[in-house]
Amino acid sequence: MDIGVITGSIDQYLRGLWLTVHLVALSCAIGLTAAVPLAVARISRNPLVSGPVAAYTWFFRGTPMLVQLLLIYYGLGQFPWMQAQWEAGHPLWLLFREPYFCALLAFALNTGAYTTEIIAGSIRNVPHGEIEAAKAVGMSRPVMLRRILLPSALRRAIPAYSNEVILMLQGSSIASAVTLMDLTGAARNVYSKHFAPFEAFVFAGLIYMVLTFALVGLFQLAERRWLAHLRSKPIAKAAH
Amino acid sequence: MFQGYLPTILGGAALTLQLALLSLLFALVAGLAGASAKLSKSAPLRWVATIYTTVVRGVPDLVMMLLVFYGGQMLVNAVTEHFDAGYFDLNPMVAGVFTIGFIFGAYFAETFRGAFLAVPSGQLEAGAAYGMTRWQVFRRILFPQMLRHALPGLGNNWLVLLKSTAIVSMIGLSDMTWLADQAGRTTRQPFLFYLLVCALYLTMTTASSWLLGWLERRYSVGVRTAEL
Repeated sequence: MDIGVITGSIDQYLRGLWLTVHLVALSCAIGLTAAVPLAVARISRNPLVSGPVAAYTWFFRGTPMLVQLLLIYYGLGQFPWMQAQWEAGHPLWLLFREPYFCALLAFALNTGAYTTEIIAGSIRNVPHGEIEAAKAVGMSRPVMLRRILLPSALRRAIPAYSNEVILMLQGSSIASAVTLMDLTGAARNVYSKHFAPFEAFVFAGLIYMVLTFALVGLFQLAERRWLAHLRSKPIAKAAH
Repeated sequence: MFQGYLPTILGGAALTLQLALLSLLFALVAGLAGASAKLSKSAPLRWVATIYTTVVRGVPDLVMMLLVFYGGQMLVNAVTEHFDAGYFDLNPMVAGVFTIGFIFGAYFAETFRGAFLAVPSGQLEAGAAYGMTRWQVFRRILFPQMLRHALPGLGNNWLVLLKSTAIVSMIGLSDMTWLADQAGRTTRQPFLFYLLVCALYLTMTTASSWLLGWLERRYSVGVRTAEL
């Protein structure tokens, strides 16, 4: 092991780390925001509403995220219409030539699909007593959704969602396939410059591990805060 | 439509499936070993297994694969140089099977551990009371019942494993993703070929889901469920 390889390229790693962190944070934020209404649509009894959402989650959960990313970044240029927009310099469509935008879009679409199914599953598992109680006090469906179903379901979804965020962190390492210099991209760069695979990749792996543990810790705090009512109470304290 | 590339891509799909199945085999063995280590009475064995599952969960599969592929090649070179043997090329398939098998072995270890614990200990004691050896108890009582509890977890992990094979194209294995990339460049139809790869993955994952559903029903025959 040659520590000099790592210390000499620490700024590259830090820039890569920053790119990884905000790529994951932003795509998870977008995915989660989209997933709440999509999950409500997913559990709808009207097939015209639930069908398209089911098709979306089926496609994005059934194919590798790498292929989704390649499809968006390299694939869209196939269409003459898209090429015409690029030549015309249309700012919106030019975004699809940016590797950062394409990665963000692919990641958000992917995590959105998984999160939709997590939340939809959580809504289906809300104890029927809660729903009956809401109906008994005369709540309409939207009110019940806003006051009872979603608060209860979103809390219960935290453990499964924490796994999804960790998988996104790990999955984001494919960003280097579209020339992005994320943490993995930085490690690949360091490897090819110094021909030192162990130093380059072990160090990157360690940073990913620290990030993973930080996420696990954060979600434990979130569970303690929002799932406190589901924790079994210690018997000794209850006796007092 | 595919300008003659369809048979090539289908060949790549067969390679992807082969890679996934070999990795699955490796992962099942590693998972059983990991679960046994986690449940063992020996503290060092438990430690090794815990480090294994923790490291795998914290490091992306791509980073581990790059480490195995490039680092492994360096180790192989050092060994062959030392013994004055000829140059030996580490093949992306071997690196892929090893890495994916190693990673999913850790997930399988957790699944198997839970499944072993889910078999009521009274049944194992009954087996011992009949004079069965430990191996007989394992083979006749523990293993078949453990499999039923492990099946949902194994199924989910298989679907994740299948999709993670795509990243092996990044170390140059000519699987269907890599071949689609090549075909897309040559024909200037990258969207079409990536979409074809998506369709092939969807076929595999959807077929797997059906098969797993059938297996789960089959292995749960005789299990009482309460009707709500």
